[in-house]
Amino acid sequence: MPPTLVIARLTVQETSRRRLILALIILTLIVVGFSAWGFHKITTVTNSAGNTLPPEQVALITSQLLIVVTFMYSGVLALSAAVVAGPLISSEVESGLLLSMLARPVRRSEVVIGKWLGLAVLVALYAAGSALFELAAVDWATGYLPPHPVQLVLYVGAEGLVLLSLGLVLSTRLSGITGGVIALVAWLMGWIGGVVGDVGAGLQNQAVENVGVISHLILPTDLLWRGAIYAMEPDAFLATLRAAGTVARANPFAAVDPPPLPFLGWVAVWFGLMLALSIWSFRTREI
Amino acid sequence: MTVPRGEVFGFLGPNGAGKTTSVKLLLGLLKPTSGEAWLLGRPIGDLHTRRKIGYLPELFRYQGWLSAREVLALHCELAPLPRSSWKDEITSALETVGLTDRAGDRVSTFSKGMQQRLGLAAALLGEPELVFLDEPTSALDPVGRHDVREIIRGLASRGTAVFLNSHLLSEVEQVCDRVAVVDNGRVIASGTMDELLSGTAVKVRVTGLDGAGKGKLAAFGNIDDEGDHLTFTNLKPDRVPELVSTIVGLGGKVFEVSPRHQTLEDRFLQLLEEEEK
Repeated sequence: MPPTLVIARLTVQETSRRRLILALIILTLIVVGFSAWGFHKITTVTNSAGNTLPPEQVALITSQLLIVVTFMYSGVLALSAAVVAGPLISSEVESGLLLSMLARPVRRSEVVIGKWLGLAVLVALYAAGSALFELAAVDWATGYLPPHPVQLVLYVGAEGLVLLSLGLVLSTRLSGITGGVIALVAWLMGWIGGVVGDVGAGLQNQAVENVGVISHLILPTDLLWRGAIYAMEPDAFLATLRAAGTVARANPFAAVDPPPLPFLGWVAVWFGLMLALSIWSFRTREI
Repeated sequence: MTVPRGEVFGFLGPNGAGKTTSVKLLLGLLKPTSGEAWLLGRPIGDLHTRRKIGYLPELFRYQGWLSAREVLALHCELAPLPRSSWKDEITSALETVGLTDRAGDRVSTFSKGMQQRLGLAAALLGEPELVFLDEPTSALDPVGRHDVREIIRGLASRGTAVFLNSHLLSEVEQVCDRVAVVDNGRVIASGTMDELLSGTAVKVRVTGLDGAGKGKLAAFGNIDDEGDHLTFTNLKPDRVPELVSTIVGLGGKVFEVSPRHQTLEDRFLQLLEEEEK
């Protein structure tokens, strides 16, 4: 097996042996259980006239609540990716663990790519697995399914990968705690930058709107999150948003349009740049 | 400086002299700012050469969540060794370092000494042509140190070159064919043990000599002054009668004269002293 895949397998094996995967599975099942119960309650709740809600209203409420629940999942994913990626390389350099491995015929680039690959597999599995369980629970409880579930998984997974890539770059130079904290703060700043951009769009103020564009280019997590939201919005809700005009854009839990195609191209380039930067940074570091 | 195959080469120096840095440079873990070196006929940093090299780092740590056998399997895979040979390689390495009984235990449950043994086992995998051992006995008890010496001798006898970094000079003296002493990143002496330890130290128990009197004995070389005991660290045996008559002439009373061969420690300290002057 090539060294890159050996390192990737080792990374997956480590998270598994350290029971991170087990902890995430248990927590996810608990959240899915609670949310299934909560979503089921929507179908039994009555309005002021004492009647249960019509299916259209159940679907609308469910779609909005699902966005909030997904925000929590994307937060868990981003947090986990940042916390796990933060010490990925730095802790092994500090402890000396990498010394004996790098004395083997292993390139530093193979270590970086292998670790990224291993964690990327875990991020993708978590995104797909948690979405599968949650959407199945929502479908069972309310009969509602978001219009684009596959895109939803891809956007949320890509958001986790962005945080993982950022954490990995920082991990080549900074200690685990420092790198993890910076990645998390960057994620929150990116989200706030996106909200500021939305306010600019609502006010039709180009300068303020550009804050969002620039923050999306520097750290594309927020626009990917908007893509996930778009994938969850029913057509009827989208029509209402569009009818409301630019004001409807000033909402961090709503998206009128999917992320533009050139932006998705930039995300692919961004991943390449981060990996190249990680490799260069680790190569030039003394260990 | 050349280390031929089958030789055990000791690399000595005080803390911060550059011993570990030199090993890391040779292994390609650090990039040299100048100079050049070759390992097994190839320039340092060559990936292919690393297939034939074993390395036990000074700062040794292995995946605590793996068992000893799994750590060695990982190194077999990275080396890379043919999969068919892994089982025999791992069994043999574990047996050599005395960890057979703990092969299935997680490394996190190992003592520091056992982790060092595991590191040594990893360095022995695949019958390397060159082995770097950086302070290989720092965490070991006397039995473990004896075992390591035997392992080093075994490596040399099968033609493996061993590059040994160690502070434990008595051990270096016992196993090394040649040594180099490094200080401030510079080799200040190198040669075989016989070449380096050519002098004899003479210890004299004497009373009745004041500071001025002792000063007049400087002609007999470096003196390690411990009150009534004076040690002349590099004095040829044929000058001992002259030394005794000089001390008596200065009014000193000689109670004991004991010549002894210079140890590596004597020579090491002497070299560093000369370097400081």
